[in-house]
Amino acid sequence: MKIMVAIKRVIDYAVKIRVKPDKSGVVTQNVKMSMNPFCEIALEEALRIRESGLASEVVAVTMGPSQCLDTLRTGLAMGADRGIHVDSTSALHPLHVAKILRNLVQIEKPSLIILGKQAIDDDCNQTGQMVAGLLNWPQGTFASKVVLDKEKEEVTVDREVDDGIETVQLKLPAVITTDLRLNQPRYATLPNIMKAKSKPIKKFTPQELNVEIKSDLEIVEVTEPPKRKAGVMVSSVDELIEKLKNEAKVI
Amino acid sequence: MVNRNCRATLRLVTLINRQGHPHPPLSSSPSGHISHSYIILPFSIAFVFLTVLCFYSGTGIDACWKQLQRNNVHGEHKIVSFFSPLASSLKTRQWGVNIQSRCYGSASVLVQRNPKFSKLNDEDVRYFEGILGAKNVIQDDEKLITANTDWMRKYKGSSKLLLQPRTTDQVSEILKYCNFRCLAVVPQGGNTGLVGGSVPVFDEVVVSLSAMSKIISFDKVSGILVCEAGCILENIISFLDNEGFIMPLDLGAKGSCQIGGNVSTNAGGLRLLRYGSLHGNVLGIEAVLADGTVLDMLKTLRKDNTGYDLKHLFIGSEGSLGIVTKKLLQEARRKLGEILSAFEFLDSNAMNLVLNHLEGARNPLPTSLHNFYVLIETTGSDESSDKQKLEAFLLGSMENELISDGALAQDINQASSFWLLREGIPEALMRAGAVYKYDLSIPVEKMYNLVEEMRSRLGNDANVVGYGHLGDGNLHLNVSTPQYDDKILSQIEPFVYEWTSKHHGSISAEHGLGLMKANKIFYSKSPETVKVMTSIKKLLDPNHILNPYKVLPCSSIS
Repeated sequence: MKIMVAIKRVIDYAVKIRVKPDKSGVVTQNVKMSMNPFCEIALEEALRIRESGLASEVVAVTMGPSQCLDTLRTGLAMGADRGIHVDSTSALHPLHVAKILRNLVQIEKPSLIILGKQAIDDDCNQTGQMVAGLLNWPQGTFASKVVLDKEKEEVTVDREVDDGIETVQLKLPAVITTDLRLNQPRYATLPNIMKAKSKPIKKFTPQELNVEIKSDLEIVEVTEPPKRKAGVMVSSVDELIEKLKNEAKVI
Repeated sequence: MVNRNCRATLRLVTLINRQGHPHPPLSSSPSGHISHSYIILPFSIAFVFLTVLCFYSGTGIDACWKQLQRNNVHGEHKIVSFFSPLASSLKTRQWGVNIQSRCYGSASVLVQRNPKFSKLNDEDVRYFEGILGAKNVIQDDEKLITANTDWMRKYKGSSKLLLQPRTTDQVSEILKYCNFRCLAVVPQGGNTGLVGGSVPVFDEVVVSLSAMSKIISFDKVSGILVCEAGCILENIISFLDNEGFIMPLDLGAKGSCQIGGNVSTNAGGLRLLRYGSLHGNVLGIEAVLADGTVLDMLKTLRKDNTGYDLKHLFIGSEGSLGIVTKKLLQEARRKLGEILSAFEFLDSNAMNLVLNHLEGARNPLPTSLHNFYVLIETTGSDESSDKQKLEAFLLGSMENELISDGALAQDINQASSFWLLREGIPEALMRAGAVYKYDLSIPVEKMYNLVEEMRSRLGNDANVVGYGHLGDGNLHLNVSTPQYDDKILSQIEPFVYEWTSKHHGSISAEHGLGLMKANKIFYSKSPETVKVMTSIKKLLDPNHILNPYKVLPCSSIS
């Protein structure tokens, strides 16, 4: 059974984000980039499923300019067997990514697609759902536990929803998106880094996959959120009530 | 040091001398005429002009007089020489034919010979010959001229004696005698200084360190070089080049300057921007004080915080506090050196402690148990090239079986969790119970031996943990016990200090002495050094009101 994992190269989680002076986006020059944390968790889950013997191969897919190859190599160093790089310099929105993934699925034919629930740069939380919709596959999003049953060709997913935990059972092939508490991703160890150098990476372009990158979205402006205002110290309960009534207008 | 052609200039000097000029290239001619005839009759004309000049500049005529008279007494071809030449003299020097320099009076430079200094006599010369052998006691005029004149030909003394000791003991004997006889001394190295600091002003005895030019040892593991003060900088640089190391000091005068002089003047040079000044690069010094005491502050350790750091007094003291006879230098490593920013180690006991006591600590290599872990950090301006370098280094080390396994942090979060393992050790130790902490500088090859010996001494009574700054040779030895127990303490101390002292380590690499090691300084510093520290303490705090009972032993301060 083959598992496909989609990983994205984003600004490192620990870096302080700054908005560009012309408000067209965020500063990405000379800023540390690394794999999206949710994608790391997705890859880790795929590797654990393979190590338990239920899958034979894990393929890591990334899309973007050539720098994405660094992230792909990290994925291979963590343990993925093969890599696919879809080379594109234009901005890729979730719908484009979903269409590309759908066309890749027709080539690779995996039984399970695992993605991170969202990317920390755009926080869209759309790609996994769109892929499932385009492929007409069942989806288990915000997964906090994944249990695969190979004979029955089913996967049981515990989902973290607002009300608590929801458990769904999906028939394979299926799409899973991972949430934070699913697992803790492993470190890339040196022997694996060495092996990763010889693992194959196949290259595609969106044109080869018959996907047209035409953007329906235009980013008008990017601004910082308003600075948190300092709190006000009140000296008595009466003053508090008066402020709540007149200034905050909540009473 | 601006101009690189010192060697060319030195060649020129010998050229001139060989051409048979009876004079050194300096004369007190105010008009700057370049004519041979002028030199033949120096005194009468010079004398006249001198007085005129002095009169105009309104300064002491007496000094000039006295100087002139002195020179008349000593030889026909010695001329008054402390007037500053103009830049034209530098140009004329290039011609190599008739060298002359324009001089004019300079008020700031007029000095009088201090009458309390004795004058050299034959008995002194014979005594020096007894210590050094006749070959190293030089009274030959030609050699004295070179020793008496500075590189810029600006300053010229009139010393009658040049001594060339070959060992520190000889330097000590010389100084002891000169101190007793009250003979002034000028220590001299390559004589490339530009402020007249290395030549005598009057008749001081010149002690040249040129004969002490041995490279004593070089440790390739730690990059520490021990050499004598008379080593020429260029020789040191080529020696290190062969070993694959870089000297942190480089100057234009490297062909002739000697490292003793560099240290004594805290020379800056070309590489200071990156490697910092000599204060940071000189690890230890052996110096001889004015009364002949030899201060051995040579410690081949990167870190040593026991007592006052006296070597810094000598770095930059320009020979006025002591004669530097040997020094230790830190060299820069070539392979990973320029991007390496941290090199720490911890043993398996430390790793277990952290994993057990700290939440959020994650073992990066869970599949196997290892005896030692090393944490390496690089910092640089180009992430991808640094990453390649580090990966290449690590993979190479794995192939050469220097390391058995490793994990590379892929993002900042992973990097912080790696650091938590190392930085969290002290906290984990505190949570585990009582801890006896020792901070020792030990040669890298022997560093872990102490931990193992300690383990065998204490057996099951305590958990002996070793970790520290491997890159600096600094071991943090910690003995963890459930409670503080004097019996265990007696097993640890003074064994730890004696062991360290036996292996020429420092009992305090970075933590300092404080109260805990106040009386233990003798394990790492010689009694003479402690004596000097005590005198400095007495000088600056005569009533000992500042932080008493700490740092220096109570026995010496009383």
